[in-house]
Amino acid sequence: MSVKLGTRQVGDVSVLDVAGRITLGEGSSAMRDALSDMVSKGQKKILLNLGEVSYIDSSGIGELVSGFTTVTNQGGQLKLLGLNKRVKDLLQITKLYTVFEVHDDEAGAIRSFS
Amino acid sequence: MEMNKGEVASIDQYMDSTLDSVDTAETLVLAAAEKAGVHEDDLHKIGMAVRECMVNAVVHGNRYNAHKKVHITVSATALRLTITIADQGEGFDLSDLPDPLAEENLLRHSGRGIFLIRAFMDGVETRRLSPSGTEVKLIKNLGPS
Repeated sequence: MSVKLGTRQVGDVSVLDVAGRITLGEGSSAMRDALSDMVSKGQKKILLNLGEVSYIDSSGIGELVSGFTTVTNQGGQLKLLGLNKRVKDLLQITKLYTVFEVHDDEAGAIRSFS
Repeated sequence: MEMNKGEVASIDQYMDSTLDSVDTAETLVLAAAEKAGVHEDDLHKIGMAVRECMVNAVVHGNRYNAHKKVHITVSATALRLTITIADQGEGFDLSDLPDPLAEENLLRHSGRGIFLIRAFMDGVETRRLSPSGTEVKLIKNLGPS
């Protein structure tokens, strides 16, 4: 499988750990399903940990944006953690770096929700 | 494909209209580009451009039609890597796409593929094929920067 996902709870923040490639097909749909599941459970503080994501394509970016708008429309917050240089560059090229709140360290990211 | 760094590379293949072909095309092109001496930073950009272009051909061009193929060619010289990806679909107009950087489009789910292809390659040309289909030519200059 192109992507691996894991969820964990840190206080009242739900962390979705993503590893691998988020590309059209299994990768992007798996992340979409995981985010939808978190939203349907009423989780409002979601930290998307992309620290182990090696590759993301335009479909993956689309899923990040959709997740962000869905969570925001439900009155919640979705923030990003641990982008590697290529993912960061991609978000900058597409002007999305300013849309997302991006953190480099998990403790700081968790604190930012409170 | 056995060749020395900087030597001419050549690929000419017809692929099924599946997402597996997207992965295969990316792998093939990257192997050819690496052997042609493409710098590592550019390899990632070329791989992404090929992936986005193949997705367009498979998903939007051929619409996963099992009877339609994607034709991919790669040629490399010391100065230039040229990739063509052609579908057998009804055709599309690259000049008529919404700007994904416009404020009103920033949060759209899709519409960034062509933009990324243009951002990552030095040249992008398209032409309609007869009787049907669209060919996209991707060019990466390999000369000293």
